[in-house]
Amino acid sequence: MSGRRSRISEEEIKELISKLRFLLPETSRQGGSRASAAKLLQETCNYIESLHRDVDDLSDRLTELMATMDISSAQAEIVRSLLRS
Amino acid sequence: MESKSSTTGNRDNPNRNLHGSKTMMASHFLRALFRIQQTSTSSSSAGRSRRIRRAAYASMAYSAGTRRAWSRALLRKLRSRARLRFPRRLSRAATPQRRDMDQAQVLRKLVPGGPSMDDCKLLEETADYIRFLTTQVRLMQTVMDSVSS
Repeated sequence: MSGRRSRISEEEIKELISKLRFLLPETSRQGGSRASAAKLLQETCNYIESLHRDVDDLSDRLTELMATMDISSAQAEIVRSLLRS
Repeated sequence: MESKSSTTGNRDNPNRNLHGSKTMMASHFLRALFRIQQTSTSSSSAGRSRRIRRAAYASMAYSAGTRRAWSRALLRKLRSRARLRFPRRLSRAATPQRRDMDQAQVLRKLVPGGPSMDDCKLLEETADYIRFLTTQVRLMQTVMDSVSS
């Protein structure tokens, strides 16, 4: 079930947790290395849920936009923006 | 680290460049958007929104490919045509502060394929899932911004 290792070392967990903390937005990173694993996991869950909500909201907004605008005519502009980002 | 290909080695490199994946994600998502606009004249806007949402998760999953457990799980769900649902927690008041263990369980429900992962795998997969999710959200925002300008 856990593959190659029968026991996951403290080091590996710490490393993965710091990697995860790095991915969270600034405002979610509380107290640096003093933040508990539980707090970090909670922030991670919050962040993923907000990203899921963003996908839902942006889908709704794109639907509205596409009802009034032909996006294929804006293709060039879209690609330009994507290349810039 | 600066590799343009997202499919060669380096899967443990935390700084792996998403460049190749971003391009695939964008082209897949845009093609889907154009298709949805052309073929949705008679469907409801809720239906069209669902299709766009589905296309968003599909682009993420296809660009990540089968390298990751989360993308494999998403691809399975997409192919089975099942409704894509992610659990939402009830209001904060209803969910008191939980122990470590429970937070990992909550996380398992949010990351595709979560239930079958051990703690170590869960953290790795979560990091990767977040990278792809944020890229997809930014992609959608960029499309919004450039079309509405």
